[in-house]
Amino acid sequence: MNPVNYLYLAALLFTIGATGVLIRRNAIVVFMCVELMLNACNLALVAFSRMHGNLDGQIIAFFTMVVAAAEVVVGLAIIVSLFRSRHSASVDDASLMKL
Amino acid sequence: MSFPLLTATAALPALGAIATAAVPAARRTAAKWLALLVSLATLVLAVVVLVRFEPGGDRYQLTESHAWIADFGVRYELGVDGIGVALIALTALLIPFVILAGWHDADPLETRSSRWRPTQGFFALILAVEAMVILSFEATDVFLFYIFFEAMLIPMYFLIGGFGDRAHAGTDEKAAAQRSYAAVKFLLYNLVGGLIMLAAVIGLYVVAGNFSLQEIAEARANGTLDMATNTERWLFLGFFFAFAVKAPLWPLHTWLPNAMGEATAPVAVLITAVVDKVGTFAMLRFCLQLFPEASKWATPVILVLALISIVYGALLAVGQRDIKRLVAYASISHFGFIIMGIFAMTSQGQSGATLYMVNHGISTAALMLVAGFLISRRGSRLIADYGGVQKVAPVLAGTFLIGSLATLSLPGLAPFVSEFLVLVGTFTRYPVIGIIATFGIVLAALYTLVLYQRTMTGPVKPEVSAMPDLRVRELVVVTPLIALLIFLGVFPKPLTDIVNPAVEHTMSDVQKQDPKPEVEAAK
Amino acid sequence: MENLIALLVAAPLLGAAVLLCGGRRLDAVGHWIGTVLAAASFVIGAILFADMLGKGAEEREMTQHLFSWVPVEGFQADVAFQLDQLSMTFVLLISGVGSLIHVYSIGYMEHDERRRRFFGYLNLFLAAMLLLVLADNYLLLYVGWEGVGLASYLLIGFWQHKPSAATAAKKAFLVNRVGDMGLSIAIMLMFAWFGTFAFGPVLEATGETSEGKLTAIGLMLLLAACGKSAQVPLQSWLGDAMEGPTPVSALIHAATMVTAGVYLIVRSGAIFNGAPDAQLAVTVVGAVTLLFGAIVGCAKDDIKKALAGSTMSQIGYMILAAGLGPIGYVFAIMHLVTHGFFKAGLFLGAGSVMHGMNDEVDMRKYGGLRKYMPVTFVTFGLGYLAIIGFPGLSGFFSKDKIIEAAFAKGGTEGWILGGVALLGAAITAYYMTRVMLMTFFGEERWRHAPTPSPAEPSVEPAAETHGEHAEPHPHESPSSMTIPMIVLAFGSVFAGAFFGIGDRFIHWLEPVTDHAHGHPPVSALTVTLSTVAVMVIGVGVAYAQYGRRPVPVAAPRGSLLTRAARRDLLQDDFNHVVLVRGGEHLTRSLVYVDHTLVDGVVNGTAASMGGLSGRLRRLQNGFARSYAVSMFGGAAVLIAATLLMRAV
Repeated sequence: MNPVNYLYLAALLFTIGATGVLIRRNAIVVFMCVELMLNACNLALVAFSRMHGNLDGQIIAFFTMVVAAAEVVVGLAIIVSLFRSRHSASVDDASLMKL
Repeated sequence: MSFPLLTATAALPALGAIATAAVPAARRTAAKWLALLVSLATLVLAVVVLVRFEPGGDRYQLTESHAWIADFGVRYELGVDGIGVALIALTALLIPFVILAGWHDADPLETRSSRWRPTQGFFALILAVEAMVILSFEATDVFLFYIFFEAMLIPMYFLIGGFGDRAHAGTDEKAAAQRSYAAVKFLLYNLVGGLIMLAAVIGLYVVAGNFSLQEIAEARANGTLDMATNTERWLFLGFFFAFAVKAPLWPLHTWLPNAMGEATAPVAVLITAVVDKVGTFAMLRFCLQLFPEASKWATPVILVLALISIVYGALLAVGQRDIKRLVAYASISHFGFIIMGIFAMTSQGQSGATLYMVNHGISTAALMLVAGFLISRRGSRLIADYGGVQKVAPVLAGTFLIGSLATLSLPGLAPFVSEFLVLVGTFTRYPVIGIIATFGIVLAALYTLVLYQRTMTGPVKPEVSAMPDLRVRELVVVTPLIALLIFLGVFPKPLTDIVNPAVEHTMSDVQKQDPKPEVEAAK
Repeated sequence: MENLIALLVAAPLLGAAVLLCGGRRLDAVGHWIGTVLAAASFVIGAILFADMLGKGAEEREMTQHLFSWVPVEGFQADVAFQLDQLSMTFVLLISGVGSLIHVYSIGYMEHDERRRRFFGYLNLFLAAMLLLVLADNYLLLYVGWEGVGLASYLLIGFWQHKPSAATAAKKAFLVNRVGDMGLSIAIMLMFAWFGTFAFGPVLEATGETSEGKLTAIGLMLLLAACGKSAQVPLQSWLGDAMEGPTPVSALIHAATMVTAGVYLIVRSGAIFNGAPDAQLAVTVVGAVTLLFGAIVGCAKDDIKKALAGSTMSQIGYMILAAGLGPIGYVFAIMHLVTHGFFKAGLFLGAGSVMHGMNDEVDMRKYGGLRKYMPVTFVTFGLGYLAIIGFPGLSGFFSKDKIIEAAFAKGGTEGWILGGVALLGAAITAYYMTRVMLMTFFGEERWRHAPTPSPAEPSVEPAAETHGEHAEPHPHESPSSMTIPMIVLAFGSVFAGAFFGIGDRFIHWLEPVTDHAHGHPPVSALTVTLSTVAVMVIGVGVAYAQYGRRPVPVAAPRGSLLTRAARRDLLQDDFNHVVLVRGGEHLTRSLVYVDHTLVDGVVNGTAASMGGLSGRLRRLQNGFARSYAVSMFGGAAVLIAATLLMRAV
């Protein structure tokens, strides 16, 4: 199969993720969309690795997974504490971070 | 390797600052004594430097040199010439008096409503300023100098913004607002100057390839380093701007009255007598030495600005209602004289300017500290709140008068020697500017005597009728300063002997010679 | 012997230091320390004088080099003294009259709690004045020059709690500073042109330079002399200076300090000799002041201010003589010395009168005092006869010589200057007779008008100690005050004859100042006779006005000239309007400019930066999703840009 198709899939997933980040209010869903974008990148990296015939892309994909795992830990903790303090998981409610 | 005397002179107050800051909060008095002892020990080291320095010897002495940031050619290079030695001695001399005069300035107020005043911090910051000022007088590496020149702002910012006059404890809110305005203004002005200088420092590196003052100056002198005229001028302007802000030169002066007005008297002395001297010192050392041609190119404009400073500062001093701001404007006028002396490019002018830096330090310290004692008694900085003090506190009034007379350059007191040298040095090359500057001596008499008359003479005001005379601690502060003013006024030779060779070097840097007297020239 | 010169200055300087630093412990003996050290200076002066007399005329000059003061490349100022006949004359006058006035002050200031300090200031003055006349270069002279200014400032304002005294002191210092500016510019000119400012080399070098340059230096020196010697246009401070204690007025503002300008011009004779234009300016200043002071002296009712006008006028004579060149130098100094005697005596007499009259200074409230103060009357009377130039007394010899020399100037100038000098002599006779008659003769006006004098506020300690403001009880002063007056009266009578007969003084000063014999267009005898004649006319007119008619206690309105003269011929009003008001407006507007314009430019920059950042801040609304949009938008723009760059 032509590896380019994987790239199309990755682009599609990334777009779905990005749209989700922008239009959804629920922090959990936004978070899942971010994960979707990350995994779309991973897919693209692996596909590039295949296309170029070297391992660079796959190595970077592993790094991304580790970073994503760490990010999940921190991110979920933030969301949980946010929910605890405001009884809502809406990102728009947490708009105090401004000058 | 010999003992690193210069490093020690600066390291001692730096370590002292850390130690003072580390004293537990309850042991306030111990911190004060520690700071005082450290400053006195620094004075001893400065005297050793003074003794070890040979006036007729090499240009830079007691040098130290170590690699620091090798990749950028930044070295830890120290060395002093006669001008540096004189100013280090001045700094080390004044700091104990500043500490002693500010003995109670940072005590916690009785009313706990106001902020806690960290006593340890106050004295630690003063010592930190001392360390950095001494290092900037010692550094012969441009980058090293720049670091201390800028770092000095941090402790000064906190000293100005954090510790106001106790006089204003009553109206704390407003005073605190004014104080932080003054501190921020001080910081912003000097930061802008510093940033422009940083650009010039980098530019210098690009052109010269290293930061060593001696190497660059040597290369410039024997022609191995050629700078395009425009490059030199731009670099000169970058350096000069920073120094002119610090000095301060008209029209970059407006931060000084605010800072000196809001800070306590000892801190005001620190600003004008010590920190500002770095600006004028650096003009002599860096501007003239690194960019001689550009210095000569800019001389007419700078002389006119200095002249404006002299007259303008004096006129504004006449119009002030606040004692400390009056002294601040007087200082602006005096800095005009110093800058004029430097750029007149004559031996008399530059020797006079160097002496002026030292003498102005001592005389302003005397006047300002006595003014501070006066203000602490009455709780007001306004001239109109005083009157007839002479009758109730004759010693205070007497010392205040001597400080005033020194400010107006009365012959017999130290500032006269330097002011006259500056005037003569300017006059021989630029007669018109010299004559106009002479008007400054009339104006100086006007503002100091008006100040004295309004505060000290006349009928005794009820508010000052119970004013105590100077206490022992205050006398200990004032007496040595006055003795020095008289001594250096009658016998300035020890100082001129140290300064003269350094001035000769600077004169040969800019390749200028004194104008010959006409009678001699005619022969 | 040379080593003694420094002691002349050191003795009073030591006194000043001890008295001013000594504190209250010395209150009891302070005045004795001051007096003894002043007398010590006089004794040393006398020893040096005796030594000098023993030498030949050409070998009399002595020098003493103490140390190098300001050594800078090309600029050598030394602390070195030079004692020649001219300096010697001044040393004896200053320390002699000074010592007498110290003695007088012991009595005069007896009730003042700050007497020790007063003596400290007096000693400081003596030291500075001696330094002024002993210096061997202009810069050291400048130190003494400003030093006497400082002492004068401190002593005029001695009663500092009186605002008028403090203001007068400040005014004196400021006006003097204007003159000092002249001196410092003169020194700078000398340095620029001759490379030195020591007397010897400068005065020798005058031959090698152009007349224009000498004129410039001369005019600057004249400016300095005008300030110190209260000559027009810088004369306004002298009248106000009478706020000081009377011994101060006698010593500083009559006998010594105000004559420093004459010393300066005579000392710089070589410069003026080479600059006729500067000399002309000197004579004009002298002549104008001579009349100015005399007219002011005629209108004042305050006895000290009347004498101050007279001082101004007499110094005008000296300056006029000094401007005449070698034909006048010696006479200027001679008049200076005799004037030192009689004017100090007159002031001390005035002080004695005030002492007995509750510090009243208004002559309209005196009258008939000769019965109550016989010693004061006689000594004052002798001083009076001396100043109006009564034949045989000292003023006659010295003033007559000046008038002769003025005529001898030659040409129209000579006639004008001589005429002015003669006119001045007539006015002198007039106003001094007026003072004499109003004070010692006539009815006892103080009986009808008890003196709650408005000029002396009640806080004045001297007034307090002198009792309440009841009718005064005139009495003779204690002997510590009368003895100095008697000594000075003795000098007023005989000094002129001693100096004048046989040209003794001319021979004494000639080696230093040069002397040329002037030839007046009319015979010397004619000049002398006309001098006496105008003196008699002046006395007669005054007698007709004040001796024959009773003096009103309240001052009559007077003519326009009288009213102007009472206000110092409107000089103060001019100063007030032009300098004080103008200055106030200038400083006030500059303060405004500094605040709004200079500071405003910087603050304006800061404000506009603030405004910009305020607008940018709105973008930060805190919604995570709007940040995300900008992020994605930014990323999209970046990618688009990269692709575009690739495509191109």
